[in-house]
Amino acid sequence: MITVHYFARLRELTGKGEESLDRAPLTVEELLNWAEETYPGFGKETIHVAVNEEYALKDDVIQAGDVCAFIPPVSGG
Amino acid sequence: MKRYEIIEQPIDVQKYSDLVLHPAAGAVTVFTGHVREWTHGVRTLYLAYEAYVPMAEKKLAEIGAEMEAKWPGVQVAMAHRIGELKISDIAVVIAVSSPHRKAAYEANEYAIERIKEVVPIWKKEIWEDGEEWIGAQKKYPEKGSES
Repeated sequence: MITVHYFARLRELTGKGEESLDRAPLTVEELLNWAEETYPGFGKETIHVAVNEEYALKDDVIQAGDVCAFIPPVSGG
Repeated sequence: MKRYEIIEQPIDVQKYSDLVLHPAAGAVTVFTGHVREWTHGVRTLYLAYEAYVPMAEKKLAEIGAEMEAKWPGVQVAMAHRIGELKISDIAVVIAVSSPHRKAAYEANEYAIERIKEVVPIWKKEIWEDGEEWIGAQKKYPEKGSES
């Protein structure tokens, strides 16, 4: 299992702050594709993925137990 | 208190300034970012900030480490507030001390630019006639994240 977090627009779109997925191992790109298919309008082109609180590349592999977060464009400050 | 933190309470600026002050510091710069009422002709009623707290605090600390590497001798403390903020409330504080003023000014500006690039914090603007998460947004995609 992996945990995925949703924030801001994505939290409202999915209606949840987090969920567990039984899909590991999978790549970051595969996770983004899954999200786009599961939640129409997800907008994966603009979203980064953090794995265990660090920005990940699309080829990076997510393992069981990893904590992932979808990071839409940030707007702090 | 921590030098790099996400908090839900009002920001006490003096605490962060005091954290970086030490006998070898000849300058302290303190930047505060505030909730602005008017952005590109649209009136904001209030803002709601959200963060991925553990990662955001980690990224703030990384920015602090970058600053210490680029400007040797600086000390840094930063906080960003989340939750609902009213007009003129402080959203972010950056305190930087250094032996001489130039580094304190430069490092402080570097910090806010980096915060806007990499720290997982999101701002929702609530207007009289609607609301929108800023960042991915369609109204002003380049400028929407100005503080």
